[in-house]
Amino acid sequence: MITTTHYMVLSAALFTLGVVGVMTRRNVIIVLMSIELMLNAVNINLVAFSHELQNAVGQVFAVFIIVVAAAEAAVGLGIILSFYRNKETVNIDEMNLLRW
Amino acid sequence: MVDTVIVPLMMIVTVLAAVLVTVMYIVLLERKVQAWVQVRLGPMRVGPHGILQPLADVLKLFLKEDITPARADKWVFTAAPIIVLVPSLIAFAVIPFAAGLSLFGIDIPGRIADVNVGLLYIISVAGIGIYGIILGGWSSNSKYPLLASLRSSAQLISYEIAVTMTLVTVIMLSGTLSMVGIVDAQLSKGWWFAFMQPVAFGIYFIGSLAETNRAPFDLPEAEQELVAGFHTEYSGMRFAFFFLAEYANMIVVSSVATTLFLGGWLAPFPNVPWLSFLGLVPGWAWFMLKTFGFLYLFLWVRATFPRYRYDQLMRLGWKWLIPLAILNVVVTGLVKVLV
Amino acid sequence: MVEAAAFYILATLILGFGVLVITAKSTVHSVLFLVADFLCVAALYVSLHAPFLAVIQVMVYAGGIVVLYLFVVMLVNLKRPPEAHSDPRRLGRLGVVMAAAVLTEVVAIFAVGWAKPAAAAGTLSAQNVEQIGRALYTDYLIPFELASFLLLVAMIGAIILAKREL
Repeated sequence: MITTTHYMVLSAALFTLGVVGVMTRRNVIIVLMSIELMLNAVNINLVAFSHELQNAVGQVFAVFIIVVAAAEAAVGLGIILSFYRNKETVNIDEMNLLRW
Repeated sequence: MVDTVIVPLMMIVTVLAAVLVTVMYIVLLERKVQAWVQVRLGPMRVGPHGILQPLADVLKLFLKEDITPARADKWVFTAAPIIVLVPSLIAFAVIPFAAGLSLFGIDIPGRIADVNVGLLYIISVAGIGIYGIILGGWSSNSKYPLLASLRSSAQLISYEIAVTMTLVTVIMLSGTLSMVGIVDAQLSKGWWFAFMQPVAFGIYFIGSLAETNRAPFDLPEAEQELVAGFHTEYSGMRFAFFFLAEYANMIVVSSVATTLFLGGWLAPFPNVPWLSFLGLVPGWAWFMLKTFGFLYLFLWVRATFPRYRYDQLMRLGWKWLIPLAILNVVVTGLVKVLV
Repeated sequence: MVEAAAFYILATLILGFGVLVITAKSTVHSVLFLVADFLCVAALYVSLHAPFLAVIQVMVYAGGIVVLYLFVVMLVNLKRPPEAHSDPRRLGRLGVVMAAAVLTEVVAIFAVGWAKPAAAAGTLSAQNVEQIGRALYTDYLIPFELASFLLLVAMIGAIILAKREL
């Protein structure tokens, strides 16, 4: 008997994985992908509640989250590319230009 | 139990077998058609008039040595042909082949599944096929396949936008995303959508030529260009998978064109009384006829037109087809509201 | 019964692929595991009777955003070996802290007793696309327009950021 609680637990676990990825990996592309994992966890939560309350609003909001994730991925990767062109690195520890 | 498990399973087996046999014989048909256009005969040795040539091809590909490049990424190298082939085959799950028939008292529907987002399912599955091309080129650990795969995938995602816009106009006309619903809409409107949306049909044809890497848009895999494109380093059965996937893609694109623009399994001229003998031909025969007609256009175009250079190709896609497709959507919307 | 099996298998796959995303040594492998993760999440949406969201997830997320990631990964593929964890013990310590946080939250959820039975399929999936479309164009029209504006701005911004010469 799968209740909404199961989906909430799954969403919490996936969100935790995303947070661990953001905080431990040094490769900035992996950090961005972990942010996508977090957004997916939120989506799962929204869709599970939309299914329980029989209301389409949850799915509408999930669509908006996907839109925002797409915009953020495009701009974030553009920033990474232009930074890579200048400093030849994707390691976050070396992206410390403000420290000169 | 019977009509939720056994009937769909039988339909899946039938459709897969039909698709694989058709792919094998499309390969032969392409060689024959190109040969006749060039005033020669094509394969004639294996079997009468070369009928058994595909079997010889399959046997050869089975028996070839399977080479993996020295520092290729083994897992990704193995997975790439699979990632290209599977989406081409699973797209057939929502295509309606016939109106449905009743055999021994069991209702056999004309399609494997009627999802109410059927058209979006096909578009999304086509997007997954792009991964196989990128990964095939990258995992070969070699210059030319990498360049060719990046070019090919850039071409695919560019033309995917134009093709999706034309599908949007069809959805606007039919009011539903379900493939069966689109055929029913063509039945109720009385006109096939190719006649109501000729611009969309033209853009779909050109876009699908580019989507399947067919001439004149086959720069990424032409022999005179980057060796053999993204499947340079593949041999034997892995190459057979790429080959199969390309032709299966062609059949998917033709089936989608038939369903969306050419009326699916409907007979032409249903309202003309003295042509009602056309209704005696079963629905699936009309579907096959229209699909093969569309496929023949593909083969004809390959034998006729010279190849586009890569920058010309991208310019055509971004500067001509996409604005034209968006303009088509706007005009369709205006006509629907004002008329 | 089938729904329970589907949920547990999909949940295991989602979390397994998630772990592989954040721990794979090669960046390309990470991206591939992310694709697999998104496809499993789409399957989860199908089991939650949200077919439209499932195909949108595959089309936009797995078929668009992650292709972008793959392109960038290949463009910045460095000659140096892929980055190793700068401090291997850091992962262990952080992991323990995070797991403890999640465990607390899960225990709290179960203690509050939120285990309501899952609703039946109902009217949601029959007219899924129409319902979402209607909601988008009537109640949520302004967020919809703002989202399209956001996409336009992001597109222009990404092109300008990644151009070689202006």
